[in-house]
Amino acid sequence: MTALDAARLPPTDHPRLLAGWAETGAITRYSGHRRRYGPLPGLDGPRLIELVSRSGLRGRGGAGFPTARKLRAVADGRGRRIVVANGCEGDPASAKDGVLLELAPHLVLDGIQLAARAVGANEAILAVHTGSRLLRTLAAALRDRGTGEVPVELAEVPRRYVASEESALVNHLTSGDARPTVTPPRPARRGVRGRPTLVDNVETLAHIALIARHGDGWFREAGTRDSPGTTLVTVGGAVALPGVYEIDLGMPVAAVLALAGGPVEPLQAVQIGGLGGSWLPLPYADGMPFTHEDARAVEAGLGVAALVALPVRACGIAETARVLRYLADESAGQCGPCMFGLPAVADDMAVLADGADRSGVVVRRLQERLGVIPGRGACAHPDGAVRLAAGALRVFAADVARHARGDSCTWTGAPPWLPTA
Amino acid sequence: MGQTLWFASRATGLVSLLLLTATVVLGASHSGRVATTRWPRFTLHAVHRNLSLLAVAFLAVHVATAIVDPYAGIAWLDVVVPFASTYHPFWLGLGAVALDLLVAVIVTSLVRTRLPLRVWRAVHLASYALWPVALVHGWGIGGSDSSLSWVLALEGLCLAAVVVAVGLRLRATHPDSEARR
Amino acid sequence: MAADRLKVGPIMCHAHGLCAELLPEMVRLDEWGYPILADGPVPPVLRSDARAAVAACPTLALRLRSD
Ligand code: HEM
Ligand code: HEM
Ligand SMILES: Cc1cc2nc3c(=O)[nH]c(=O)nc-3n(C[C@H](O)[C@H](O)[C@H](O)COP(=O)(O)O)c2cc1C
Ligand code: SF4
Ligand code: SF4
Repeated sequence: MTALDAARLPPTDHPRLLAGWAETGAITRYSGHRRRYGPLPGLDGPRLIELVSRSGLRGRGGAGFPTARKLRAVADGRGRRIVVANGCEGDPASAKDGVLLELAPHLVLDGIQLAARAVGANEAILAVHTGSRLLRTLAAALRDRGTGEVPVELAEVPRRYVASEESALVNHLTSGDARPTVTPPRPARRGVRGRPTLVDNVETLAHIALIARHGDGWFREAGTRDSPGTTLVTVGGAVALPGVYEIDLGMPVAAVLALAGGPVEPLQAVQIGGLGGSWLPLPYADGMPFTHEDARAVEAGLGVAALVALPVRACGIAETARVLRYLADESAGQCGPCMFGLPAVADDMAVLADGADRSGVVVRRLQERLGVIPGRGACAHPDGAVRLAAGALRVFAADVARHARGDSCTWTGAPPWLPTA
Repeated sequence: MGQTLWFASRATGLVSLLLLTATVVLGASHSGRVATTRWPRFTLHAVHRNLSLLAVAFLAVHVATAIVDPYAGIAWLDVVVPFASTYHPFWLGLGAVALDLLVAVIVTSLVRTRLPLRVWRAVHLASYALWPVALVHGWGIGGSDSSLSWVLALEGLCLAAVVVAVGLRLRATHPDSEARR
Repeated sequence: MAADRLKVGPIMCHAHGLCAELLPEMVRLDEWGYPILADGPVPPVLRSDARAAVAACPTLALRLRSD
């Protein structure tokens, strides 16, 4: 998915972050950006945090944590503070951060300046993957903004799934080692070079840039009480127009798929939240509002707000097994339950996919392993893999049973649906 | 009287060496993860720890008797400051080096939960230096006065035990250590 | 006095398994040899065993935290 793909897409319902790109294309000049959005408002730090707090903004990097709580924690930190904008987008199922940074880089840079003001930082880092195409766009955009702002450094992060987890990012920016570290201390207390550090997803920061201009009331005009505002989603799989869209939170999943041109063939399930996300059964998913609270109620999460439509002819077990193998290979290999547990879980799922579990021992073993792994790694990487596997066992329970009977798999060997690269 | 002290010193020196040998062998086999259900890890650990403390007790007697004995004229300072004595300065100096290192190993181990792992480990690995130094001290100083064949044999056995234990430790594998390579 | 809780540092722990031998009431090992800790504070009767396990952990991965 590139920004060009996105630029072919039909209009969304209440575009904010991606408003107007169809007419103007990407706005890479700061002058053009200011003409559209107006200058950065001159709110002071405490007022900004108060505004973000009232807006109810939640992080868009995966965990959905209330952004104001993080701002406050960093603002309360001791010593010189630092802001890290996470633009790595390590999840192959997500393309929204890349689209945002390409189409509206100044919105993110505005957000970085405001966040720096809110927490009292005098330095900021914008992190993207090593060798990313975005580096040139962003360097040009930064040059265009002139002086008088908190300096923003562009940093390159290895293209590994866990390298953009926040403690790994902090570790990389401090020591060059892009593996997660044990928390606490959280980055808000001891982050880059030991300083209190705000790590926020780039989309989160872009929302701050709009909230500062239009207010919390405006922000809450879209979305629900607990999941306010709009969000970028990456829609993939068996839909007519896969791409990145901006939707109001609370939109039913079926409507989101419709925005992406709708299904191109009969669907059996929807994968939600990125590779470390979960599965939703159909038709249940159709009516499910796209919110944190509704996703959590079915043991899923919005994660990176990606949706992949899985057609009937695909095999959910085989898809899951393949993704689990990828996630196991992406383990940083530091914590036992992750470095041994994820390969074991991937093996089990592969056995199920191959229909080689006639006795049912492998399903039981897998269930047991899934119960034992979560919460025991330094980072949430294994928890995501376990969530995906557990979701697959729930949603594709009938397939598991059929595989166990040795009935033929529905999978036709078609290309994989969930992206792993 | 003098004879008694002298023999006491030699005897406790030998016992200390035996105890330290056992400590090092257990430490190395512990790190090499050679534990069984009948000889579980925590016994290894407890015995390792307690033998090392016992060795300290015997060493205290070893050192005290050596000093109190007027024959060699060893000063208290010679116990900790290596190579300063008039009596066999080199061989005695090795004893002092071994003792200094041992004190560091023991003290850091007693408060290990309050130290960063790296600090404790760095000091603890000095055990592998301390032990041969102590052996050579006993061998040199004992050999220069009287070389009893059974003492030499005992020291040879100690050497063999440590060589085997270290060899096993170097060859030992564990899935965790493999995965971290 | 605040109740002590056991914590294991997942990166530091190298599956020596000593903790499970010294404190089986609160620690069991998973199939790969890594500890699974019981929830909740360490009960007073187990406090000295817990301290022994902490002191014995070869990599100092096991800790008692009062919070
Ligand atoms: C209070 C005293 C001591 C305590 C609590 C203690 C504890 C430990 C522990 C926890 C280990 C790690 C085992 C492992 O990695 O699985 C160890 C290893 C070891 N200890 Fe000690 N120790 C003590 C005294 C000593 C002394 C006095 C010596 C030697 C003179 C010694 C020599 C060793 C050796 C050689 C190892 C193996 C190190 C390696 O190869 O990694 N220890 N000890
Ligand atoms: C880790 C520390 C030490 C160990 C393991 C150790 C061990 C030994 C051993 C095995 C002997 C030989 C006994 C024999 O051949 O019968 C010996 C002799 C001796 N040690 Fe030590 N020693 C240590 C430290 C010291 C220190 C610090 C002193 C200084 C006061 C000392 C003073 C002596 C003396 C004077 C002898 C000569 C005894 C003789 O020639 O019969 N040792 N020691
Ligand atoms: C394995 C793993 C990978 C992650 N990758 C990213 C990523 O690529 N981009 C991102 O913004 N957050 C990622 N996160 C989430 C971050 O740790 C962090 O929560 C987020 O950047 C905070 O920003 P937010 O509060 O704005 O969501 C990842 C988390 C995990 C556990
Ligand atoms: S949980 Fe897994 S990915 Fe996270 S730090 Fe530990 S080994 Fe690395
Ligand atoms: S004793 Fe320490 S290293 Fe061994 S399993 Fe327990 S916590 Fe891990």
